[in-house]
Amino acid sequence: MQTLIKNGRVIDPANQLDGAFDILIDNGKIKTIEPRGKISGSKLKNIPVIDAEHCVVAPGFCDMHVHFREPGHEYKETIETGSASAAAGGFSTVAVMPNTCPVNDNRSITELIFSQAKKANLVNVLPIGAITKGLKGKSLSDMGELKEAGCIGYSDDGMPVMDSELMRRAFEYSRMFDLPCIQHSETLDLTRGGCMNEGIVSTELGLKGMPVEAEDIMVFRDICLLRKTGGRLHVAHISSGGAVELVRQAKAKGLPVTCEVAPHHFTLTEEACRNYNTDAKMSPPLRTDEDLELIKEGLSDGTIDIIATDHAPHDVADKQMEFSKACFGIVGLETALPLTLKMVDEKVITLQKAVDLLTHQPCRVFNLDKGTLGIGKDADVVVFNPKTQYIIEPEKFKSRSKNSPYKGWKVRGKILHTLVAGKTVYSACDE
Amino acid sequence: MTLSTKNILGTRELTKNDIQQILDTADSFKEISTRAIKKVPTLRGKTIINLFFEPSTRTRTSFEIAGKRLSADVINISGATSSAVKGENLIDTARNLEAMNPDILVVRHDCSGAVELLSQFVSSPIINAGDGSHEHPSQALLDLLTIRSHKGNLKGLSVAIVGDINHSRVVRSNIRAMQTMGMKVRVVGPPPLIPVEMKRLGVEVSYNLIETIKDVDVIMVLRVQLERQSQGLLSSLREYSNYFCLTSETLAQARDDVLIIHPGPVNRGIEISLDVMRSPRSLILNQVTNGVAVRMALFYLLLGENNANPN
Repeated sequence: MQTLIKNGRVIDPANQLDGAFDILIDNGKIKTIEPRGKISGSKLKNIPVIDAEHCVVAPGFCDMHVHFREPGHEYKETIETGSASAAAGGFSTVAVMPNTCPVNDNRSITELIFSQAKKANLVNVLPIGAITKGLKGKSLSDMGELKEAGCIGYSDDGMPVMDSELMRRAFEYSRMFDLPCIQHSETLDLTRGGCMNEGIVSTELGLKGMPVEAEDIMVFRDICLLRKTGGRLHVAHISSGGAVELVRQAKAKGLPVTCEVAPHHFTLTEEACRNYNTDAKMSPPLRTDEDLELIKEGLSDGTIDIIATDHAPHDVADKQMEFSKACFGIVGLETALPLTLKMVDEKVITLQKAVDLLTHQPCRVFNLDKGTLGIGKDADVVVFNPKTQYIIEPEKFKSRSKNSPYKGWKVRGKILHTLVAGKTVYSACDE
Repeated sequence: MTLSTKNILGTRELTKNDIQQILDTADSFKEISTRAIKKVPTLRGKTIINLFFEPSTRTRTSFEIAGKRLSADVINISGATSSAVKGENLIDTARNLEAMNPDILVVRHDCSGAVELLSQFVSSPIINAGDGSHEHPSQALLDLLTIRSHKGNLKGLSVAIVGDINHSRVVRSNIRAMQTMGMKVRVVGPPPLIPVEMKRLGVEVSYNLIETIKDVDVIMVLRVQLERQSQGLLSSLREYSNYFCLTSETLAQARDDVLIIHPGPVNRGIEISLDVMRSPRSLILNQVTNGVAVRMALFYLLLGENNANPN
């Protein structure tokens, strides 16, 4: 089974490729990449062709931070609906956080995730295992078993590991398995009861704030521990300008620290919470203009390694309520590309860098043999038109949940095709 | 003349004109409460629902009396008796009440923003009777009415607000309303009870009671809640009193014509001493009386203006 993708601009940061190339896919793998029009032969006459004129052809995006809610909260999202959402957003690979019910802290849950993903048969779903059993922060999970079952990292996402001694042991123990510990960096005793960034907006709205220092302190603690313990720290969804600076300093010292940013943290500020808009309620919370600028600086100077969506689906019943009681989080898979391209429009990053942050970099951080159009690699490919304008309509999302603060936004950058191992898992033509 | 807004969610939405109109109307209603027969037919046939998800005696009673003096039918639903305890969603509760065609909903809730949320799902006018730490507009309006009737006007007056600034919806409503009316506001209290960003609301911030009250026209004392100590925001009520209790001694530093108000209920001896509370400068009971007039005015302006006369 072959497919030809022609007339596109291929951007493949893993292979430092950017130009007019055609790609031949054979049997689920990248067979050849040749300058435009050079792939020919009588055998190619009857194969499917994707015409990528005016489009960018890139490795399928990789989102290392999503919540698919299965098992446990299937009314918000399942592995199948989440995978469809990923495909529609141009993602061919996603890493799912372990805060399901039950928690992914053992082989049987990891295997369930794989088997459900296989049934859905859309995108590559890679489980992240818990750092502590039940995300309770009391004792380490069996990190070896989780790795053997296929987990690609460890995290108690949503429930930071507050106990510093335990976190020290987690860094130490994870060294044996050479997988990163992903921290949701939040000192809980500073944010208890909080529901948005502490600042002028929380003061006006009379809502309990979550001070930015809660993030900085946790990032700093982990960096301190890492110096002694070794292991790898990946800071999830960085939102604080101060935390970006801490990561920058740690990297300068050669410490094995990486970090990711979610599109909402370089797009929105706490102002979005006015009128008690629960679609702007997330953790870490939307911060200030100042943080936004420092995040952008981190994106442009490379301090921030990857873009990850923190796709957090919630049913309308979990969002349409009192602000302080509503769930944290927004869906992100189907809006990641246009928001990232906004950073290109603003000249924060180049288009090549945008693709890099969504493909090669996440795979470098997590040691995945993905995010590349290298010959012989899995043909995970996305085709998008960076110029196409449209209006975001959450009701049309493939995700089971529609909790997005971007409803009605006019954006640019449309996914046209997503392929996983050569198979089309999303095509805008089918819509 | 009508108000610029359909709901009274907060003083933030009220214009100077709105506030003046409410206070003038309230003034004209005061007399009704002094009659032998304290009732006018203005809102006959109208239904007012008091929906209180949080305990309240003073405010709920005040709204109830205000409605009844205008001949409206007033129904009280409290959180403890509502289906909220059976787990009904706030919006469903409101929709169910709306299906019974009330003319006005008066809502108190312990979550900031809950009343604004409700207003998006019901068509009848809503009055916010206090939402979390956000707003309590009728309280601010009755405070202004009280100050205005003693000072003649509001513009240029300075006010010191003393106590738990952070958790007070009364403060937030008052700051907005007072600024709209051209008054100057200072807040004073222990730093853990004052938001870091407070100055950005255009108020002066101080931690010294005597310095702050020296030259103000009005001192507003707030209730300090015992639970702030267990939350680690106060060392003890005893020490709080040492620094922030308004006593005749501290009051001696203030101007002779200073007015003292308090939204109640009062913790005697903690934020205000008994003798100050009962001194002629204290308008605490006056506020309660004015509360009824202000709430009558709100009902009237939201409902009855077109088909009744205020006398």
